[in-house]
Amino acid sequence: MLNIIKIAARNLRRYQRRTILTSALITLGVVAVLLFISVTGSFKDMMVGQITDSMLGHLQIHRRGYLASIDNLPLDRNLNERQVAKVKNVLSNVDTVESFSMRIKLGAMFSNFTETTNIRLNAVIPEQEVKTVPLLQDRIIEGQKENVLLQKGEILIPELIAKGMKVKVGDSIVLVANNKDGSVNGKTFTVGGVLEGISGPGGRDGVIHLNDASELLRIDGVEISEIAVRLKSMDDLPPVFSRLKAELATIKDKQDKPVFELHTWEKLTPFYNIAQMIDLMTFFIKVMLVAIVLVSIMNVMIMAVYERINEIGTISAIGTLPGKIMALFVTEGFLLGVLGTVVGTIISLISIAAVNAAEITFNFGRQSDLLLAPVIVHGDVITIGLIVIGISVLASLQPAFKAARMDPITALRHV
Amino acid sequence: MALVTANNLEKTYQIGEITVKAIRGVNFSIEQASFVSFVGPSGSGKSTLLNMIGCLDPPTGGSLHVADQNIARLNRKQAARFRGEHIGFVFQDFNLIPVLTVFENVEYPLLMVQNWPEQKRKKQVNDLLEAVGMGDQANKYPGQISGGQKQRTAVARALVTNAKLVLADEPTANLDGETASRIIDLMKKMRDELDTTFIFSTHDPRVMRNAEIIFTLEDGKLLQNNNGGSHA
Repeated sequence: MLNIIKIAARNLRRYQRRTILTSALITLGVVAVLLFISVTGSFKDMMVGQITDSMLGHLQIHRRGYLASIDNLPLDRNLNERQVAKVKNVLSNVDTVESFSMRIKLGAMFSNFTETTNIRLNAVIPEQEVKTVPLLQDRIIEGQKENVLLQKGEILIPELIAKGMKVKVGDSIVLVANNKDGSVNGKTFTVGGVLEGISGPGGRDGVIHLNDASELLRIDGVEISEIAVRLKSMDDLPPVFSRLKAELATIKDKQDKPVFELHTWEKLTPFYNIAQMIDLMTFFIKVMLVAIVLVSIMNVMIMAVYERINEIGTISAIGTLPGKIMALFVTEGFLLGVLGTVVGTIISLISIAAVNAAEITFNFGRQSDLLLAPVIVHGDVITIGLIVIGISVLASLQPAFKAARMDPITALRHV
Repeated sequence: MALVTANNLEKTYQIGEITVKAIRGVNFSIEQASFVSFVGPSGSGKSTLLNMIGCLDPPTGGSLHVADQNIARLNRKQAARFRGEHIGFVFQDFNLIPVLTVFENVEYPLLMVQNWPEQKRKKQVNDLLEAVGMGDQANKYPGQISGGQKQRTAVARALVTNAKLVLADEPTANLDGETASRIIDLMKKMRDELDTTFIFSTHDPRVMRNAEIIFTLEDGKLLQNNNGGSHA
């Protein structure tokens, strides 16, 4: 085999210009794909990370029918104390659940005593919330406190409201809200911090303490709108979702219908569609790479066979078996693929490092100055390498087969 | 026992609707260590006959035995294996592999066809290169040596597997007179040393002069032979 590789490598060196051009084409394709995967993949991971780690969590549990009317933030579809206890019990038996956070979601009027606006609020237990969405604290761009998300009586307000209403950290504001019976109540809060707005549902919500929300809404006992769940690993999402769904489905109401509904982050944010679009684009870029490799290698190998017909006749005449002749040409295609892949991967890694060093920023939605930080994982590099090398071998098969099947007399007569 | 025996050998080609009888009922036998030449005008069937003896082209009629093997019964793969074991080829255009050195060209059949162990292989190649006077050119590529040196290398390649039979199709056609004579002398010397049978197809009177047996072909038929060959 080593001898076949040696002869194949020398043949590639013989047609140096063609080898360089073909491998350069493959290199270009590999670089394009790896850069695209690294940039879009990193963007997708960053956005998914932001969405799940600072807002949604990996899974959410609501009372059945809540999600369909979530835009209205209905208070009459909250989970009661008994239902919450059942969910807690189910979650505590799943090892892969890292933490969960109970929330009341509500809409309120926000007043700075001179102006009033609407605000959507998440009422949380800070300790639970920080464990479940650890990046939430990083979104506090003003008034950040160490270890504490917020105290009772404080509110974290979204950046847009802070700017629009000219409210600063430490200012007093008033929240006025309707409870589920329709009665109105108000409560004064101190602005504890300003939250950076991010794309997606809940990305421009304010945050208050759960006890303050209970007081504002005059809730007796426990009422919870949603329970956000964080898993130890995102990879566990499908099996945990299936397990929780099955277990929660067994808890039924008086009409014998399931009490709860369970959703993964994918169902809760429109960004999932963008993520799917990115995956689709990545797929088509890979298809283009396959086409580039297939056409270029096949073309060059057909030319190689055509130009070396006499040589094929010679080695066939002196007794080289058809399998070895085929192996010789397939190895040439294989080496071209390897060359293009190795050079392409090296250039890609250097380019990715350069983009990271350049600290390029971009805007997405209302988010600005997002840092473009492409990364490429070993798996992607190996997958692309295997695809390119596999297609190179595949593209060489037809010309190699033709060479192996060539009649030695006809080949020897060829000028 | 003769090394090559042809009985009522025929070769017919079908070109469209036309049937061409290239070899018509030829009979001959060639002994081991012979120096044989097939001569005749263009289209007489010399190359066809050589191709059949070399297991490159199967006969369409009669029988042809080479080294006790009825070659008409060999399939493509068996024919390739048989060529690799028993037959060496010398071509008019030398047909050396341009990406391999002189040494590697001679080594090729042992490496890619017969899988000889390295030590034995290297010794065999070096011995043959010395024998054909190419020992000092071993590391050169075909593009760096003369036509005569290329043909010497081709002779070494044909003999390196200890082939019983070397077939040479117009081996001197691309060489000047002096070089052609040296190549013929070399082949004779190798025949004497290794007991190898050399069969040529040629127009070259110098080769004919040196041949010990001459078969003359015309229109696919064997007309005569001289000097010890046999044909019926």
